[in-house]
Amino acid sequence: MFKSVKTGLGLACVLAVMAGCSSTDTDDTAQQQMVEQPTEPVVDTAPEPETAVPLDNVVYFDFDESLLKPETRELLIAHADRLRDSAQNVRLEGHADELGTREYNLALGERRANAVRDFLVLQGVDAASLEVISYGEERPAVPGSNESARAQNRRVVIVK
Amino acid sequence: MIKNLLKLVSVLVVASLSLSARAQLVVDITSGIDDPTPIAVAPFAFTGTGVLSEDVSDIISADLRRSGLFAPVPKEDMLSFPKAPDEVIFRDWRILGTEYVVTGRIEPQASGYLLTFDLVNIFGRQTMFTKQVSGGSRQLRDIAHRAADEIYEAITGIRGAFSTEMIYVQEERRGGRPSYSLVRSDIDGARPKVIRRFSEPVMSPMWSPDGQEVAYVSFETGRPAIFRENLRTGARQQLTNFKGINSSPTWSPDGSKLAMVLSKDGNPEIYVLDLRSGKFTRLTRHFSIDTEPNWMPDGKSLVFTSDRGGKPQIYQLTLATGQVDRLTFDGDYNARPRVSPDGKTLVMVHRSRGVFTIATMDIVSGRMRVLTETRLDESPSIAPNGAMLMYATKRGDKGILAAVSLDAGVKYRLPSRSGDVREPAWSPYFD
Repeated sequence: MFKSVKTGLGLACVLAVMAGCSSTDTDDTAQQQMVEQPTEPVVDTAPEPETAVPLDNVVYFDFDESLLKPETRELLIAHADRLRDSAQNVRLEGHADELGTREYNLALGERRANAVRDFLVLQGVDAASLEVISYGEERPAVPGSNESARAQNRRVVIVK
Repeated sequence: MIKNLLKLVSVLVVASLSLSARAQLVVDITSGIDDPTPIAVAPFAFTGTGVLSEDVSDIISADLRRSGLFAPVPKEDMLSFPKAPDEVIFRDWRILGTEYVVTGRIEPQASGYLLTFDLVNIFGRQTMFTKQVSGGSRQLRDIAHRAADEIYEAITGIRGAFSTEMIYVQEERRGGRPSYSLVRSDIDGARPKVIRRFSEPVMSPMWSPDGQEVAYVSFETGRPAIFRENLRTGARQQLTNFKGINSSPTWSPDGSKLAMVLSKDGNPEIYVLDLRSGKFTRLTRHFSIDTEPNWMPDGKSLVFTSDRGGKPQIYQLTLATGQVDRLTFDGDYNARPRVSPDGKTLVMVHRSRGVFTIATMDIVSGRMRVLTETRLDESPSIAPNGAMLMYATKRGDKGILAAVSLDAGVKYRLPSRSGDVREPAWSPYFD
């Protein structure tokens, strides 16, 4: 497991998702995030960053695309600003929708997470603090074979 | 060619320590060939006491029906239940239009059963063979499948694959949390046994060529990793733990190597792991996605998916020269190739007009043919006799397995009673 994940901030991210989204699937996304948190208690007592408002932690993509959408830029810059000076390790989890083959989607999920990583690194975040993991289509945020579900499943989740 | 063979085929005792999976798959045949051969499997005599736990003649009928090539006569339409060739009244069966009659006798043995069965050609008025199959007391289904294999081969000239098995991925939700299992079952979906349960996703099961092991990708370590597992002992080994993608394991035809996909170099590339030396060899060098390798039967080249041309298409890599040739040109999405046992046909996931279907392609002529007409078809896996393939599809929002013959004439579904099932891997022959 990714030992240095801070459960406290992870939970803050979950709350951010629950509070910050207006779409109907918010709870599903939030549950998915909670599942991804390690259950073991955090041993070290690193100080929490003095972030006033938790940031949304999901970036969405178009079908079969790994290019960052222009509207995600602002959010990623805000993440970069907070990560730049922190020693925090971050997991970038790439996901795909159900369309297409499973192994190809694993590669597509990685491409998306790499796009987020490369953007953060360009903004000055230490590449060594970012780990890319692709889940392909194996862990949909929203079940179902419809375009609304698929749009929410083509995503990268920033897990701190 | 017609002689009374008396051949003893013994069914190996497969000791299974596995748990029984709760979901049984139930076969639902949706189409067969236009002119299937009428055959009657008369109820078998049992010379022991009590009642057998399985109806062996029924299982044989079901196997033959599922192949799509046969139309078994229902028991209630039979005028008599002959137990041996000398009890077959040819005129009665001719009037019914029955071309073949199977008769049989089951005897108890010290530790199981012995089935003696005969295949009678009604129009030729000949007994084509008499054979025997024996098995343990819990192997009546194995005995039936072996008998069906013999009948199928005698009539069609193609080796039967009813005794083969499959491994698939099952996902269930308990209290909102998904759980994943690798399940092994007979190819008709019966006798499902959980190989292993996982709390994180598991994918890409692939049988070793000797049918003794399975390779798969598990996320249990927090990232995808490739494992091999011995199906008899349950012993397993983690083969890879690289940064990034570790996926798509596929055994070489001789079982000595495993091709796979690793993205440790920055993007997905095809590698080969020599299982004896533990040495990894990189095969592809391209900034695009290279994935989903599958070996040609001669072991001299691999087919794989790459989007180096802009969209996913299937390419062939010759190991001796490193040369890469594009194989598919029809459609804007062709992926996850599997090669037929004779090396002549590719099956793949093919998108046309936004719909994902299973297609075959003749490798020499390049001619492509779409086999399925559902929308989200994936993960085709070919039977070792090359007659049919199993694939995953959706029915409503539920993941199910289905089968289609490589000539598209025969189709059936195996819906799961609980959970979603996907990624069927058809076993090799076990002998």
